[in-house]
Amino acid sequence: MSIRRLTGKERYIDVLVYAVLIVWGAAVIFPLLYVLMTSFATEKEYLTRGFFIIPREWTWDAYLYLLKNDSFANSFKNAVIITVVGTAISISVTTLMAYGLSKKWIKGRNVINFMVVFTMLFSGGLIPTYLVIRQFGLIDTFWSLWLPGAVAPFYLIVMRSFFSSIPYELEESARVDGCGEWRMFFTIMLPLSKASIATFVLFYMVGYWNTYFSALIYLNDSGMWPLQVFLRQMLVLNQSIAETATQVQEEIVYTPGAKMAAIVVSALPMMVVYPFLQKHFNKGFLLGSVKG
Amino acid sequence: MRSSATELSTGSKIRASSAFVHYIKRAFPIYLMILPGFLAIICFKYLPMFGVVISFQKYSPFRGVWGSKWVGFDHFVRLFTEQQFMTLLKNTLILNLIDICFYFPAPILFALILNEVRLRWFKSTLQTIVYLPHFISMIVVVGITVVLFASEFGGVNLLLESLGLPRYQGLNDPDQFRWIWLLQNIWKEVGWSAIIYLAALASIDPSLYEAAVMDGANRWRQIWHITLPSVANVILILFILRLGSFIDVGFEHIFLLQNPLNLAVSDVFDTYIYRVGVQQGEYSYTTAVGLFKSVVGLVLVLSANAIAKRSGREGVY
Repeated sequence: MSIRRLTGKERYIDVLVYAVLIVWGAAVIFPLLYVLMTSFATEKEYLTRGFFIIPREWTWDAYLYLLKNDSFANSFKNAVIITVVGTAISISVTTLMAYGLSKKWIKGRNVINFMVVFTMLFSGGLIPTYLVIRQFGLIDTFWSLWLPGAVAPFYLIVMRSFFSSIPYELEESARVDGCGEWRMFFTIMLPLSKASIATFVLFYMVGYWNTYFSALIYLNDSGMWPLQVFLRQMLVLNQSIAETATQVQEEIVYTPGAKMAAIVVSALPMMVVYPFLQKHFNKGFLLGSVKG
Repeated sequence: MRSSATELSTGSKIRASSAFVHYIKRAFPIYLMILPGFLAIICFKYLPMFGVVISFQKYSPFRGVWGSKWVGFDHFVRLFTEQQFMTLLKNTLILNLIDICFYFPAPILFALILNEVRLRWFKSTLQTIVYLPHFISMIVVVGITVVLFASEFGGVNLLLESLGLPRYQGLNDPDQFRWIWLLQNIWKEVGWSAIIYLAALASIDPSLYEAAVMDGANRWRQIWHITLPSVANVILILFILRLGSFIDVGFEHIFLLQNPLNLAVSDVFDTYIYRVGVQQGEYSYTTAVGLFKSVVGLVLVLSANAIAKRSGREGVY
């Protein structure tokens, strides 16, 4: 890019470019920063001081309050279980399947590939899926989240094209040395694809951590609800005016600080992990695979 | 002659069957690797696809799929004659049009602007920032909107007040529902959606620009003649995919923003299915609604793809 010369009268383009980007960056960061900062403010300061970003008096009260709140602590625990186990299941199943389907000599491969792509074009819909999951007896178990979400077709396709790009000679020479398929997968292919797998671990993690709708449908027992469903109650339902009394069973009015802190607790884990993996996003692996 | 012929055929049979045995031996571990994912797809994607037969039945959970009474196209007739239908269709179309007009081009524009930045650190810092909201759940995005724009003690309103400006009170205004929906989408996903365009932009051969500069092309001309054509194909592919989901509107998001006051503008097929199906238990009817939606989606994506292919482009599938 450095080759592109700047002529004097095109300076204004640069000014425009930086201005637009700075404004957009600020629009993204301001709400996050505001929530983070005010989560450390005392309730009194928030309600009396008017607008501020940096609290005068810092406190952990809101976080301590959440810690002591049983339904919050419980939903946090559920979210961690759902995320950790779900990610482990999804990444194992997806990686294995993608690796298997990357082998060109496997018979039936095209049929399965087509079946995978077809699920992205057509679906049975919400109700039949719900009925199937109910039929399997998965209602009110975390399996109702883990099993249907075991394979994300898009991730599978991207991983498959990644494995396909590993030179066949590597596989061939390993086989000549008497290396079986499983050993080849674990000792050669996995180490080669660490970066790519780490990226999908992040994607699956984000997916499970943020899942709420499946949880809402498949988990009737409120003791099993993950963090997001709790947050919905806390942030969205309490706010909307005309909710039926049955949906908000316990009408707790949360302090602004508690709301801010809950947002921080929910958003922070993923936002902390992702910059470490960011360098992999731009490598174009997503692009090459759009076409499956 | 005869004996040698039989010998030959049994020989090739043996060879063929030993090749088969060899193949199975070699492929067995691979099939084993594919199996878990394959089963998951069969059970939770394909079984529901066959489950759509209940949209032609008067399905009762006690009788099951095999024992329920067939009713033909009754549920579809009901859907098309229901007065709700026009509302659902209208809302879906309007939201999609808004989305395609404003949300779809946004990441393209963003990528093009970012591509003009030459300061490395600025570019990567900005990318880190604008990707952040992608990792936040929709609930949190809606929640942040509430804590910022609530008329009582919302952050933005506190700010407006301290500046002596009137408060914003439109958060629950049905007229503003669509724009709030759009802005939340843009805020959350523009940066992330731009990745794919940025990757395409990064793969442009720099010598093209060199040559253009030699020929005296200014920056606008470089963008117009080199940058844009280089991403045109990616834009087209994503546009086809987007058309395929024309009958879909990010359900979870709408569901979060929906309340009885804005139902007239926010009710779409999916929320209707949830309300009537999951909450009121009308399984057959809402399966029919879902099937209608899936079929329209499939037809849309295949036609868009066919049109793209006919116009000499590659298409997606």
